[in-house]
Amino acid sequence: MEKLILEASAKTPEVVFDPAAGTLLLKGRSIPENSIEFYKPLNDWIDDYAENPGSQTVIEMKLEYFNTSSSKCILDLFKKLEKLNGTDVSVNWYFEEDDEDMEEAGEDYQAIIKLPFKMIEVEEI
Amino acid sequence: MSLANVYSLYRTMEDENVILSFKGIVTAELLTSVLHIMEAKMDSMHETPRIRKKVFNVLVECLQNLYHHVEESATPASKELLERKSALVLIVKEQDHFIVKTGNYIDVDKAQELKDRLEIINSMDKDGLKEYYQSSLNNSMVSDKGTAGLGMIDIARKSGNKLDFEFLKINNETSFFCLNVKID
Repeated sequence: MEKLILEASAKTPEVVFDPAAGTLLLKGRSIPENSIEFYKPLNDWIDDYAENPGSQTVIEMKLEYFNTSSSKCILDLFKKLEKLNGTDVSVNWYFEEDDEDMEEAGEDYQAIIKLPFKMIEVEEI
Repeated sequence: MSLANVYSLYRTMEDENVILSFKGIVTAELLTSVLHIMEAKMDSMHETPRIRKKVFNVLVECLQNLYHHVEESATPASKELLERKSALVLIVKEQDHFIVKTGNYIDVDKAQELKDRLEIINSMDKDGLKEYYQSSLNNSMVSDKGTAGLGMIDIARKSGNKLDFEFLKINNETSFFCLNVKID
């Protein structure tokens, strides 16, 4: 299975989904006007990955900003990952020091999604 | 507009501490430019990362509300319809806070719906908003534009202040919606 690699743009995050390592990275900002369009290939990739996932799957969320239109797509992505069989799935949620909003955004997902979340405070994302 | 009026408009904006203003149709390109300009401005004003992020977040939601609002309306055929798609965006910088102000036309029936929602949002405290956001996120259906009606809740959370708003009746079908978001 191929890696999914998308470069960051002014309104979309960098994406590196690596099936061999079992890591799914989203990094930067996710503020597209039409987020469904952007997240569709990510969801499709996860559907393929679900057929034969690695023993561990770690989602590395290193977002600086995301809009509410992306927030729903991110939730759908987590819901898909929650249903994966045969792999231990966990989320590493990064937020910058003093960024209480991004920390709370992680808590929002944690309240809805039944995956282990690790909240990681960093100086800069 | 007479030349003297240009000066009085400028004077008003200057006195009100407007640092950025736009009137017209909010397109994807415009949105990108405004965000870019505001980021550069806040950088040069040496704002804290905390306030920079909050202003940026609120601005993204406000502009995207206006953008999707334009998209929802029918294709403009007349000058009148074109004007109805036009919006006003002002960013004000006071001593210790920012204000994002927007103004746009809205159908009277949609105005009532929005007013009810804003009143619910304003009746909630921080924890109430957090719960409301989470349940809306989890239960709401996404429209084909990817909007889930979360925008105003998010704006209220990020701002940390009550949303200041007003609906001015223009005629039987149309109101003008004014929104003031204070960020400190």
